[in-house]
Amino acid sequence: MLTESTIEKLRILAESAKYDVSCSSSGTVRSGKKGMVGNTVGGVGICHSFADDGRCISLLKVMLTNYCMYDCAYCINRRSNDIKRATLSVSELEEIVMEFYRRNYIEGLFLSSGVVRNPDYTMERLVRIAQDLRTIHRFNGYIHLKSIPGASRELIKKAGLYADRMSVNIEIPKEESLKLLAPEKDHKSVFEPMGFIREGVLENKEDKKHLKHVPRFVPAGQSTQMIVGATPETDKDILLLSSALYNQPTMRRVYYSGYVSVNTYDSRLPVLKQPPLVRENRLYQADWLLRFYHFNVNEIVDETHTNLDLDVDPKLAWALRHPEQFPVDINKDDYERILRVPGIGVKSALQIVNSRRFNRITSYHLKKMGVVMKKAKYFITCGELTNMFSGPTIGINEIHPERLRPLLLSDKQKKEINDRKQLSFDFDA
Amino acid sequence: MLVYTFDNTLDGLLSAVFDSFYYHEMPNDLLTAGDAIPLFCDRIHEVHTDEDKSKRVWKGLENKLSYIGLSIITISFLSEERDKNYALFSYICKAFKNPNKISIEKNFSDPDVLLCTQTYRRVCYEAKRMKQFLRFQQAKDGTYLGVIHPDHNVLPLIIDHFKDRFNDQCFLIFDAKRKYGYYYDKEEASRITFSEGETLPFDNETGKMNSDILSDNDKLFQDLWKTYFKAICIKERLNPKKQAGDMPRRYWKYMTEKQN
Repeated sequence: MLTESTIEKLRILAESAKYDVSCSSSGTVRSGKKGMVGNTVGGVGICHSFADDGRCISLLKVMLTNYCMYDCAYCINRRSNDIKRATLSVSELEEIVMEFYRRNYIEGLFLSSGVVRNPDYTMERLVRIAQDLRTIHRFNGYIHLKSIPGASRELIKKAGLYADRMSVNIEIPKEESLKLLAPEKDHKSVFEPMGFIREGVLENKEDKKHLKHVPRFVPAGQSTQMIVGATPETDKDILLLSSALYNQPTMRRVYYSGYVSVNTYDSRLPVLKQPPLVRENRLYQADWLLRFYHFNVNEIVDETHTNLDLDVDPKLAWALRHPEQFPVDINKDDYERILRVPGIGVKSALQIVNSRRFNRITSYHLKKMGVVMKKAKYFITCGELTNMFSGPTIGINEIHPERLRPLLLSDKQKKEINDRKQLSFDFDA
Repeated sequence: MLVYTFDNTLDGLLSAVFDSFYYHEMPNDLLTAGDAIPLFCDRIHEVHTDEDKSKRVWKGLENKLSYIGLSIITISFLSEERDKNYALFSYICKAFKNPNKISIEKNFSDPDVLLCTQTYRRVCYEAKRMKQFLRFQQAKDGTYLGVIHPDHNVLPLIIDHFKDRFNDQCFLIFDAKRKYGYYYDKEEASRITFSEGETLPFDNETGKMNSDILSDNDKLFQDLWKTYFKAICIKERLNPKKQAGDMPRRYWKYMTEKQN
């Protein structure tokens, strides 16, 4: 039975869980069953609300307990932190999930936990809750289980039967940095459970070929998260790792979490006034280029460009470095090339290749379809831009990238850059 | 100038297409009965809604358009933006006249196709938002009530989702703007309305269920949810602009976590 004290516990445990980014309920379609509650919709999932920080609330993101035996410098729940600790009982948590779900507050549960006693003990408790929800409460909605670093193969295999998605957080892309901040962890404890999940999914796939009834195993694959800005890793290090992870089967999402200075007293960590939100945003944009725009990681970052450009998005930055790829002819060039034009997204690119079978596409059509012409016009030729009456085409090759770049910045950005220049000038004088 | 008028139903719209082909004429506008007639109007043709005609037109359309193309017609009609009627009418006519093997619905450089597709997307988007933002409250007898106030008439589009998801609970979803709802009794959903003078089981302004029929522990779960909503926000990253973009303010009045 729930009481007022449950409210306080939920508050503490939600605050402990909130730095985990993942919240998506995507990746698996399962329609409702008689005698069970819930379904999953697939596609991009359903976000039921948006918190005041603009992040979506899809799953009930909560920790079973925020007691933890580890002392990782970047984590709010580290052993040496003096924060309120709480533990939800199994029945409390299960009741909250079911009642929230029935009121259409959430898509399901994202359960994680501080590590108590040892990884296996903790993992076992998480698995038990997922099992109870599925078998006793007949819950058919989404379950995302955090796999505790260092958990055994057996427990992960069992968890996979009940969870839709599982995740292990890498947190720090380079092992030496991880060792510095979290001496009790290493990359092996992270990549091993990841391997177990992958194994399980692949075995499951193989079984399906031969057997009629095979239980589902983590149908929505796995995800992971990296903290940005807590350690000296460059964007190149981060993106190379992401790209390697995406090349493995079953890895669906890599999340980037701009470091929020939670433990300001720890001298191993930088003190940031603001989380690096712009950098985080650029990393997500680069991530999108990898997943939906057929970009190779080496095209986004390389030896000379180890960090992403904070002023322009990575696609535009790539285009400015590669004027020889432009202009792209909207009416002739293939989909892949159109997709690379700054200002044209997947949706517009598809609309363009579909519509040009009927008639020539002009800049009027592009604008109507939602292409950002302010950017795209320097990189394309289409119907009337090559028209002899409208004068010569002014594109990236005529203006030159270094003179085009300022044209594409907003006034606010220009002002910021100017301020930065003046500041450094004062120092020099 | 030739004007067609119809009775503002989808069958009526399809009958108008039938008439247009039958008389070999293309009207310059399609109005609903009762609209102001434009100044230089030579002739008005009043379309009589006839199910046989509309069925014939629909059957023909099935050969011309894909499933999505047909959905664009039915779903964009739910937008209730009646100034789009003529675009929809031309879209259907163009589908029949299209000599190409490729279906007309892919030609986004055609203004009518583009407009109908964009309307279709907007309606689908709002249907999705209702799936996101609808909140149920539980009554003493175990029935759940959710009140919505969508811009477009999306209730018919979302009812199957909720039937599938909550197949073991009785619920009523009510559209406060159009004054009708669907009641699901664990078997099937039926359309209901409250008659004039009947007291509504909820407050029209806030969507809150009347306290005498609200179940005893519902308040507790509402408080739990509000607490959770506040706790999950990271103060260092406040971003009200993004919040309002993803969850527009016009939906807030019926949402538990945004009520005081």
